[in-house]
Parts: sequence; structure tokens; C-alpha cells
Amino acid sequence: MLSVVLTCSKLLTAASFRVELSGRERGNCSLFSDCVGECALCERVHVINTRLNKREFEKRKKFQNNHWLLKAVMSQRKRPSNVQSSQSKGARHSEVLLGGGGGDDDDDDEDVTFTQPSTSQVQRGLARLTPAQVDLKTAEVVQFIFVKDQKKIPIRRADIVKHVVKDYRNIYPEIMKSVGRTLDTVFGLMLKEVDVKNHVYILINKLEPPGGELLNMTPSNPKIGLLFVILGIIFMKGGVVKESMVWNTLKKLRVDPGDRHEDFGDVKKVVTDEFVRQRYLEYVRIPHTEPLEFEFRWGQRADTEVSKVKLLEFMGQLHDQDPQSWTQQYRDATSSQTVPVSQR
Amino acid sequence: MMTNINVRGWPVMARPLGESHKRFLQTMMANGIVDGDKARALHRHCCETHGAQYTPDKLDEFIEVINAQLQPMFMQIRKGLSEEDGLQYYALVNMAETDVTRMSADYADNELELFRKTMDLIVDSDNGTASSTDILNCADSLQTKKLKKKETEHVLNRLVQDKWLIEKQGEYSLSTRCIMEMEPYIRRIYQDQVKVCHICHNVALQCQMCENPTCGIKIHTHCVARYFKGRTDPRCPSCEDFWPHEIPEVYRPPSSQSQSAATEKTTPTPRATGQSRKTRRS
Repeated sequence: MLSVVLTCSKLLTAASFRVELSGRERGNCSLFSDCVGECALCERVHVINTRLNKREFEKRKKFQNNHWLLKAVMSQRKRPSNVQSSQSKGARHSEVLLGGGGGDDDDDDEDVTFTQPSTSQVQRGLARLTPAQVDLKTAEVVQFIFVKDQKKIPIRRADIVKHVVKDYRNIYPEIMKSVGRTLDTVFGLMLKEVDVKNHVYILINKLEPPGGELLNMTPSNPKIGLLFVILGIIFMKGGVVKESMVWNTLKKLRVDPGDRHEDFGDVKKVVTDEFVRQRYLEYVRIPHTEPLEFEFRWGQRADTEVSKVKLLEFMGQLHDQDPQSWTQQYRDATSSQTVPVSQR
Repeated sequence: MMTNINVRGWPVMARPLGESHKRFLQTMMANGIVDGDKARALHRHCCETHGAQYTPDKLDEFIEVINAQLQPMFMQIRKGLSEEDGLQYYALVNMAETDVTRMSADYADNELELFRKTMDLIVDSDNGTASSTDILNCADSLQTKKLKKKETEHVLNRLVQDKWLIEKQGEYSLSTRCIMEMEPYIRRIYQDQVKVCHICHNVALQCQMCENPTCGIKIHTHCVARYFKGRTDPRCPSCEDFWPHEIPEVYRPPSSQSQSAATEKTTPTPRATGQSRKTRRS
């Protein structure tokens, strides 16, 4: 039995616990990655989040199940004295804390409350339910996904489990397989995981973007125009631009981030908050800049939904040039990695 | 494979959807509701774009294939008539949550309560509308958190923008899509209190009523136009008394060579085609 006592100098507010893990622990703990370990008793895999602080721990305590590991943690609430000494700022150990299998969680950073059931558990779960019940859950998850996607907000697995799957969580993989099948065969859509660590998904279209008459029939949002201009700027400049470049270009188009715009409202908020949340853009701090500066990149949703070739064609029309005259960008657009899912 | 029941009541194995079906469905999802002409144009364009066999006048069969697949999801593309203009519309409706909670993702509890109260006013009214004054008075007596005047106006604007309500000169009525989607809910909640059209048997909010105290049947304004078309001596279909109300003309949109242009201009029901419309209230 390996007795692991690790602390992280950064988690000054977190309580530290001595825990005993089975020898089958695998993975490293650093501040921001998950540690994966197996419970020696029930053999379920637990995802351990290192950023669990005391407040969160108290919350989880209410939902503990009887995993041996969690019991070990519960019995050691106080900081052991030998840990105290290594709590100096110089120490660079990681802290290992446990999350059990229950609890509700709206925290953006954590997804520990859901543990992936093993295959045998799924089989046993399925045997107890009728196909109709599974179909019903599938339908509910699909509805839930549509409601979330309406606002283009990425969908968290934790939310799907908490709000929809609930008691059926032991057959979660089976439900999600059914959901994926339905989204594809009925709607021509697909769930794409944009954050593998926190299990966050967006819904993307497997059909090609509509052209011609069909385009006129799809209602458009004026913000899409704004977004495309910005995506165009970023793409033409090689994939990254300083925010000042974007604001200056928009100002030339009479869209001033300082003023309230008739169609877009608070322009800065739409671009740096809404588009970023929707994963169309990334707004990243440039390190070592004084005063603070940010840069823009394409977000994951833009990568999967927007065709760079079509964007380049649009730029060609705008500037009355052959798209191929921008050789670097043209190569970029036609390379296989950048071809959207729908066109593969 | 699920076994579904088609409109005639026969079990039907759900046929797998082609890309043309999926495209049609996606466009319906984006629009929510489309008028008949646009639906027919969409059918043609979807088939042409994806190289599927196109048979004009087979829109309903095309939709039935999609509906067979949508049934396990409690969704349906339904056909209905608008109370505003009597024209045919196709709407994608949600049948699982026929409760008002369907909207609950977007609206707070007290806003939903306001919507329910507005619906009460509309159902109880003679002409299927509720005045903004009456709705504002309701806002004062909400059991959940009360809404101030400005907030109430804001909620009403959102309800219009999201196509649950229609506003005309300060009077609010339920949108076509709202009625199509909430009809089962309305029938369940209001039961006998809701007016039903004698001709088409659907919920009738904007309608005419027979003046005979022992009869009192209701007919949709547009059903009146069709039923009494061309008759010089209109008589109640139930009690045969003289029908005293003005018989409107059957509404016809200007003849449409280019379908989308015509329906854009003439049909008053707000839809999110092209740019979103902003209702600015003073």
C-alpha cells in the first residue's frame, strides 16, 4: 500500500489530506491535470481533481459514497504535522485529493462528480431497463443539447449527467452512443468534444454549409457578419493578431468598440466575451506585456464550422482578387487539417 | 428500429433519412415556422441540392418520413392555419413538454408566470387579445417576484421577438407557432373554457360567435371567410340563424412568381427570416 502525502504550495487555502491509494495509481498530479486512480475495493476509476479546496470538500462530504478511498480521506481531516513542514513556498509537490461518485457541481473547472462506469456495469444497468426507457432518456438528452446549443453555449458532460441522465448514469455511455446515432441519422449533426479534460462539447453540422437559395432561407444573425470580418482578419494575418489590429479595422468599418452599436450593442463584450464563450474566438493574454495586451485566434468552433476556403473566396470577392494570389493563406486553407468536418 | 404510427394509424418502420430530409429539418429548426409556399420551395431546394428525387406536391409525404424519425424525440413538423391570415404554415413543434416549462430555459419564473397570466387573458377574451394595460396590471399581482412596468415591457418585447406573442397596436395575441405548439397544453389547462372552432375543431382565439343565446358556436375568422364565401345569406351551420358578422374576404397573398419575396412582404406573422425585427416601444 502506497501512502501518498503530497501538498501543493499553491493550494494554500486547501486542506491537505493523507490518503492511501492502491498500488494501481496512475498518472501524475500537477496543479491543473487530473489524477486517475482505481479504488481497490470496487475497482471503479476515479478522476481526482487537484484543485479541490476546503469549501468544495465540505460540499462533497455530503455525497460521499462508501468507497474505501474516500473513507480513508474522511478519517484524516486535520493537517498532519509532517505535511506542515513541506508547505513552504518553495515546495513544488502536487496535492492529491479525492472526489467521490456523487455530488452536484456547477463549478466551471471541475468534473469530478461523474465517474465513468465500467463496461460490466453498463451491461448490468442495461439489463435492468427496457429499451423504451433508454430511448426516452436519449430523447431528453437530445432536447437538452438543442436548448443549450441554441445559445451556442458549449455543453458540459457534467450538466448532461446532472440535469438529464440522473439516475441512469450507470448506462451513460450507452445513452451517449444512442444520442450520437440519433443526432447523425436524424439531424445530420455531431457532438464534438472541444475540451477533453472537462468533457465539454459543441454541436456541429455534418452537412455542408448551404449555398444559393437555401442560404436565403436560413435566418441570419447580424453578428455573424461581424464575426466573419474578425475571422478574416485573423486568418489573413496568419492565425494570430493583436487585439489592437482588430479594433482598428473595425473602426474603419464604423464599428467602434468604445461606442454602443445599433445592431451589436456592446461591441467589445460581443467580441471578447460572447464570441469567446461560444468558442468562435480565443482571446488570450500576451505574456510580459505592460500594459496588458491580448491577442485573437480562431476558436475551436470556428475551426470546425467555418471553411477557410470559402472565407478566402469571400476575401477575394471583397478585394477583387484571385484567392490563390494569397499563396500562404491559400495553402493554409487547402491543407487537410483545416478542412471542416462536413467537407471531409 | 422503432415502430411508429403514421397519420392513418398504421404502424410504419421509420425510413432512414437522406441528406435532403436532414437539410429540410435543419432549416425548420432554424426558422421555427414557415409558410406553405416557403415550405414547398424549401422541399424543392433540399432535393435539388442533395440530388434526391423531387416530386412536387409530395411535401406532406416528405415531411411524414421526417416525422417518423422525429417521433421518438417527441418532435413533429406540424401543419396548421394561422389565425392572423388564414394561411397554411408548417412549424416544428415540441410535443414532450407541452407545458409552459418548455420556454423555461430562457425565462425566469416570474416571467413565465406573466406569460401564463397573459395567456389567461387572451383565452378569456372575446377577440383573442390582451391589452398591454391589462397585462401590466397582472404584473402587479404576481405570486412569484413582482415585475415593474419597465421590466414587464421588456419581457413582452422578448416574448414577441422569440415568437411566442404577436403585438399589434398595444394588443397582444398568441403567435401561430405558439398556438400550434401549445394547443395540447391549452386544451388540458383550460378545457371547456377555451373556444373551439365549429368548422375545423381547432382552438379558436380570434373568432366570430353565433349570436343565438342557445347556440353560441364559434368559428375562426378565416374559417368564416372560407365557409361563407360567395353566400349572400350566411346562416349559422348549427342553428341556421342569420350570421350577423362581417364576412371577411379569403386572404390571398399577391400572386407569387418568386415565392420568398411575396411571403416576406405580405404575411404579417413575425418570423425570423433575414434580419431580426426589433419591436421598439416608446
